[in-house]
Amino acid sequence: MKSLEELMALRDAAKLNMTTRDGSTEATRIVVGMATCGIAAGARPVMNKFVEEITKRNIQHVTVAQTGCIGMCQYEPIAEVMVPGKDKVTYVQLTEEKVAKIIVDHIVNGKPVAEYTIGAIKE
Amino acid sequence: MYRSHVLVCGGTGCTSSNSQKIIETMEAEIKAKGLENEVQVIRTGCFGLCALGPIMIVYPEGCFYSEVKVEDVPEIVEEHLLKGRMVKRLLYTETVTPTEIKGLNDTNFYKTQHRVALKNCGVINPEDINEYIAYDGYQALAKCLTELTPEQVIQIVKDSGLRGRGGGGFPTGLKWSFTAANKADQKYVVCNADEGDPGAFMDRSVLEGDPHCIIEAMAICGYATGATEGYVYVRAEYPIAVARLQIAINQAKELGLLGKNIFGSGFDFDLHIKLGAGAFVCGEETALMTSIEGNRGEPRPRPPYPAVKGLFGKPTTENNVETFANIPPIIRKGADWFASMGTEKSKGTKVFALGGKIKNTGLVEVPMGTTLRDVIYEIGGGIPGGKAFKAAQTGGPSGGCIPASLMDTPIDYDNLTAIGCMMGSGGLIVMDEDNCMVDIAKFFLDFTVDESCGKCTPCRVGTKRLLEMLDKITEGKATLEDLDKLEELCHYIKDNSLCGLGQTAPNPVLATLKFFRDEYVAHVVDKKCPAGVCKSLLSFSIEADKCKGCTLCAKKCPVGAISGKVKEAHTIDTTKCIKCGVCMDSCRFNAIIKK
Repeated sequence: MKSLEELMALRDAAKLNMTTRDGSTEATRIVVGMATCGIAAGARPVMNKFVEEITKRNIQHVTVAQTGCIGMCQYEPIAEVMVPGKDKVTYVQLTEEKVAKIIVDHIVNGKPVAEYTIGAIKE
Repeated sequence: MYRSHVLVCGGTGCTSSNSQKIIETMEAEIKAKGLENEVQVIRTGCFGLCALGPIMIVYPEGCFYSEVKVEDVPEIVEEHLLKGRMVKRLLYTETVTPTEIKGLNDTNFYKTQHRVALKNCGVINPEDINEYIAYDGYQALAKCLTELTPEQVIQIVKDSGLRGRGGGGFPTGLKWSFTAANKADQKYVVCNADEGDPGAFMDRSVLEGDPHCIIEAMAICGYATGATEGYVYVRAEYPIAVARLQIAINQAKELGLLGKNIFGSGFDFDLHIKLGAGAFVCGEETALMTSIEGNRGEPRPRPPYPAVKGLFGKPTTENNVETFANIPPIIRKGADWFASMGTEKSKGTKVFALGGKIKNTGLVEVPMGTTLRDVIYEIGGGIPGGKAFKAAQTGGPSGGCIPASLMDTPIDYDNLTAIGCMMGSGGLIVMDEDNCMVDIAKFFLDFTVDESCGKCTPCRVGTKRLLEMLDKITEGKATLEDLDKLEELCHYIKDNSLCGLGQTAPNPVLATLKFFRDEYVAHVVDKKCPAGVCKSLLSFSIEADKCKGCTLCAKKCPVGAISGKVKEAHTIDTTKCIKCGVCMDSCRFNAIIKK
């Protein structure tokens, strides 16, 4: 260890994995429906894609959690994105490709992907 | 990144209730379900709530499972980790309300605590330096080495008002400045982890849960005082602490946080572990250094103080584990932040190890000045079985007891000294109406008699005589004159012993005499033990009209002291009775009375 910068770089790298343990209310939460209906529709690769993308892009303060059946089984896999201070966004019929776009547009750039949301389906 | 972290307590408390096996089962189950790339199992240090161990916390939900058994693990993996449904029956009952699951920090045990020294305990993996660094670890050392002069570091520690947490309460910054002022070719830093007070285990928990903070603090101390070598003196009875500290030292060396030219500043620091054989006297600073040097652990007269002539005859700074644990946050957050907590002369927080007759046995950290009532009733959950609080022993065998009448005294160094107690290392043993205070004094004295190193006569012979006097009292053979002699001898030992062990050994006797003299008098004059503890003063008998003649007590009695015919009242032969109380516990009709 030769400098403070070196230590800080190490800290930032280490901090990513610690977000899961954060428990802070400032973290963005991504909740994936993982009941039988969700799993049958392919929720597990979807959830893993979220985690993979977050890791790849080194995005801090985002946690990925599982939840039970949301009640709209025909729209599974479903994920809800909760950014503190913003309205909850519900994405439906997710695929790994859709997840990649949600991470870039919504999580990184703050613009929800309207065409993947529950609202878009109902129209 | 793992989406879920399962933290399992790997402190000594939970390890003894099988948490290691729980971790192994958990890892196997996770693998069987194919979740090993999604879920990480982490063995942490102590969470503090040892009474409810083994403890498990699952993130990101932060849900708190208590008293987990190995058999419960498959269910947790299947339900919670695979399907995302918490296993409600295992959640700590206080966190479950009809409408929501509360976070750990909202429970009574945690909400009034303020964790500084224990900040990372139960939060990080102590065997992974990256997790310590993720929580701002080693930044304080970097700041000292790259931005501050040694004088500035000492000034910050002085301004913070930090006082030694090992018991004495000496101002830490002042201690450092003494060593810094002495010129020498070699100086040392010593960490006293020879936690000897029965009932105290905060130092062990810090070493087990956050060993890197001690390494960082010792390096900071080395820089401030001009020392390049450090020793951690830790008792061999703490194998988990020793193992984790060694891992931590190796990791710090690998990253160049120990060794030569740390942070490119030209400062060198190296650290060694020295195992102690568990002698109580080795917690005394001069005896500890004598022991590190390879000699029999006996104290030496002061002066010369360690700051002048310490380890291997060189200037040495010695601090307790908990004291060191406060150093990195003080450097990082500033002296004002630390000084904003606590009372006028006792700043910061203090860790207490709760034990004895209390519901939430474990480790708590509260700001100085918190009352004993808050610690025992709010955080500790009160006394089991609705019994009445009698006293709390602080400072172990060197301290004294705080009676119920002084429960609202704010706990800090000076208030405790004023009532004849001592902060000590922070062991807090709670006693209820069933404890005999003479017996308690005898217990602690029995300990000091065993642990006296024998170098000076007042301690070696004096404590032995004290114990004999207490024996006489508990056997009902003493007179009131003996009580005066007892007190006189206490003061003589205090005034004439060489080191802290002897100087404080009579404290439990003096404190109980001061607050519970009536109990002593009851033993001496009435020949009775009011709490029903001292066996010589007890007698068991059977109330004939209540006894149904079921013969159960006669069968249970280990010495055959009970006789009687079936369906007729039994009697106890007091000459045979060993007063074990088994008959009383087994009787279903409350026919046996103890007097």
